[in-house]
Amino acid sequence: MSDHEGVKAVFVVIVGGGKVGLNVARSLVSMGHEVILVERRKYRYDLLVEELEEKLLLGDGTEIWVLEKAGIARADLVVAVTGDDEDNLIIAQVAKRKYGVKKVIARVNNPRNQATFDMLGVEPTICATTNILALVRRELPEHKLVHLLTLKRENLEIVELEVSEHSPVAGKAIEEITLPEGALLTAILRGGKAHMARMKAVIEPGDYVLCLVEPGTEKDLIHVMLPEEAPEKVQAEGEPEYLGGE
Amino acid sequence: MYVVIAGCGRVGSALAQQLISEGHQVAVIDEDPEAFTQLGEDFPGEFVTGAAIDWDILEEAGVDHADAFVAATDGDNTNIVATQIAKEHFGVQCAVARVYDPARAELFAEAGIRTVCPTKDAREMLAEAVHSCQITRG
Repeated sequence: MSDHEGVKAVFVVIVGGGKVGLNVARSLVSMGHEVILVERRKYRYDLLVEELEEKLLLGDGTEIWVLEKAGIARADLVVAVTGDDEDNLIIAQVAKRKYGVKKVIARVNNPRNQATFDMLGVEPTICATTNILALVRRELPEHKLVHLLTLKRENLEIVELEVSEHSPVAGKAIEEITLPEGALLTAILRGGKAHMARMKAVIEPGDYVLCLVEPGTEKDLIHVMLPEEAPEKVQAEGEPEYLGGE
Repeated sequence: MYVVIAGCGRVGSALAQQLISEGHQVAVIDEDPEAFTQLGEDFPGEFVTGAAIDWDILEEAGVDHADAFVAATDGDNTNIVATQIAKEHFGVQCAVARVYDPARAELFAEAGIRTVCPTKDAREMLAEAVHSCQITRG
């Protein structure tokens, strides 16, 4: 362990030397952390070895002896970012179960497999498709409630709602609004700037509000915050299974 | 019994045919739509094309009401994960994974997944065959 710009260095084992794995490795190295990148494909290994040298290991990162050679037993963090979900699931389980690695971050390639990661307790997970879809949905005018972040273990979500002139809360101060149980209004986004949600702050049409909610509270929150006349635009229920909360 | 087999290769297809001949009902899953040809003509069971870890595919094959599940695709990791899904999500008590790598077979067996490791079995049988050879070359 060493200090680099005041940050305590950690040892990270990354499995999967594609674009994601490589760039995560590069960034961590530049931050002063200790990194081993495990790559199975020989041609990819040959391509990267000049740059990464001893930080690169050729081998199948789902094989236990390869992970041991990478030093998984002393890893502070394991990042499983191969292109195969079953491989990432196995790496994460081996890291946690056999080596007691505290933190494992896994990539979900196919959003259909998200449920399996959840079932096996592999989290946090990152899914590019799901993230991009969430951002796309944010740009679609008919989507009034957007999940920005889901903290599965903490059973908490951060959602964003757009307030229109027809909203029942438009023109009201926050202290006048009765939010459903399990929801907390935390910030108002106005003109690209965030404002803390103080009790006296008044919500205006065109504002976006950020709320902390317990999963399942979205429908009640929409009822309080958004106008009744457009129920078909409500997205809390019947949304694609791989988006946002369960 | 109703048995779902993931992987229609040499082992999966032969197992399917054996179970059918014993009077059981069988459904087979394979990613390759051509793999069903391994089952021979007039195979009376189901064949589902898709990934063995896809919940919808598993359900289409009837894992939700299966008495047993066998994962024998060419991928150890696929077999382990498919078996975990069959057991933990679909509640199949008798779920078994073919795992070539002895280390992973042992680790996931410790975690409660039933595994069959042909590598270990073959090694033991071959060792026994060697041990049983009494004659030494003089």
